[in-house]
Amino acid sequence: MSEILNDETKKVLTEPLVDNNPITLQVLGICSALAVTSQMSTSLIMALALTMVTACSSAAISAIRNHIPSSIRIIVQMTIIASLVIVVDQILKAFAYEVSKQLSVFVGLIITNCIVMGRAEGYAMKNPPLESFMDGIGNGLGYSLILITVSFIRESLGSGKLLGIEVFKLTKDGGWYDPNGLMLLPPSAFFIIGLIIWGVRQWKPKQAEKADFKIMSISHGEGGHH
Amino acid sequence: MHKCEQFNKICAALDKCEHYQKFKVYRDKVLALGNDSLEKTIAIAVALCLVCAVLVSFSAVALKPLQVNNKEVDMKKNILDVAGLLQEGADIDAVFKDKIEAKIVNLETGDYADDINAAEYDQRKAAKDPALSVAIPKEKDIAHIRVKAKYAKVFLVKEAGAIKSIILPINGYGLWSTLYGFLSLDPDGQTVQSINFYDQAETPGLGGEVVNPNWRALWKGKKVYAETEQGSLEKGAIEGAEIGEPALSLIKGVVDTSKPGSQYQVDGLAGASLTSAGVTNLVRYWMSKEGFAPYLAKVRAVKGVQS
Repeated sequence: MSEILNDETKKVLTEPLVDNNPITLQVLGICSALAVTSQMSTSLIMALALTMVTACSSAAISAIRNHIPSSIRIIVQMTIIASLVIVVDQILKAFAYEVSKQLSVFVGLIITNCIVMGRAEGYAMKNPPLESFMDGIGNGLGYSLILITVSFIRESLGSGKLLGIEVFKLTKDGGWYDPNGLMLLPPSAFFIIGLIIWGVRQWKPKQAEKADFKIMSISHGEGGHH
Repeated sequence: MHKCEQFNKICAALDKCEHYQKFKVYRDKVLALGNDSLEKTIAIAVALCLVCAVLVSFSAVALKPLQVNNKEVDMKKNILDVAGLLQEGADIDAVFKDKIEAKIVNLETGDYADDINAAEYDQRKAAKDPALSVAIPKEKDIAHIRVKAKYAKVFLVKEAGAIKSIILPINGYGLWSTLYGFLSLDPDGQTVQSINFYDQAETPGLGGEVVNPNWRALWKGKKVYAETEQGSLEKGAIEGAEIGEPALSLIKGVVDTSKPGSQYQVDGLAGASLTSAGVTNLVRYWMSKEGFAPYLAKVRAVKGVQS
């Protein structure tokens, strides 16, 4: 693998997984991470769709980056992203109808997912197509990793299932597990993502932001003016 | 190889084309322009729109047949589901063909309209067609749907020639969206077998719980029309008349089955009183004289004559 992938490609593929994760570090794409993670199947499809859209739109934008007039830069990016999202939506409706019904508006909302725009503006406008494509894949994978982790926790604790297959037998079916209903509601993803961010920043203290200001003690009269 | 040759041929033909040559010259000129010039900005915008439009319309047109098929199978699945015939792994098309008969009902008279092809009739489309629909007067429009089709497409589940259940299409406004669904009744046109909403966009987790199997199971055995001493089901059936107004409704909280009247009550959806009210209204509307009451009265009358 190492011969095929040069350093830059490797960097853009692996960095977004933990070191520069779009959700935990950049805190982008939270809305869809809350909405689709109550089941693993929808999360997987959403992750796949977003990865494809990010990669392809980054590649397409990068291919024409030298000819994009700066005055309509954002509109050009949006047009490309929106077209790709519609194509993905059509494909899902044709080949994965059940899932597309569950994802409903959230596929369309990939258009407004900050990760896609962020990569287009932040990376694809300055780098060649292949690297941009890989960068899109990398960021998509970073997003996928969090989505799958969150949905793993939510689906197993919330309905005792994984990918629709029973793992904990529920009390109502004569088992031992009493499901946690909160896990099925979107706010639970807030707590889980918060805990994940906390965990990652404990593990990699570099990611923790510096405090904007320090609360000063006034007991020694340092404040000066009262 | 063959395709490659064809492609080369097309390219050669293009090269000869005068307009293509002009286009090429113009394209090179535009690409050489500064990125911020007005001409390039407009040219890029137009070209991008063209490319994106072709991409989007191609995918929409090419995938249409698959999507239409998916929708049909999904609709059949919903009907089998509300009829209690949906089994894991069964061939949906075969079961549907075997067990279920689609019929067109004239909502005003309650008679079957056999001159309309049931396989091709689409009630949702007909409701939008002024020639096939009627506007509902505001004071009667409790389901807030404004128009209804003149003809409804109902489904009958038959076993050994006898009707086992009547599946009626229902729709009405909830909180955010129009809910579309099916209500299946026993052949008495009074007892609910099941309810199923296949198209809705209510708040997930609250009003969206109309699709929850546990909640849907509460509907089984509930009665639609108020029965009184004079207008009990049996008496009404013999006379072929209606048996009272629709009384079925969703209530706040959990139904106390020990109280009289609980057969007309279903648990409301927790945290979704507006969706619950919408469901009550749409069920009452479609079961009223505006909806299927004339038809159900005739079904009962036919049964009364036979027995």
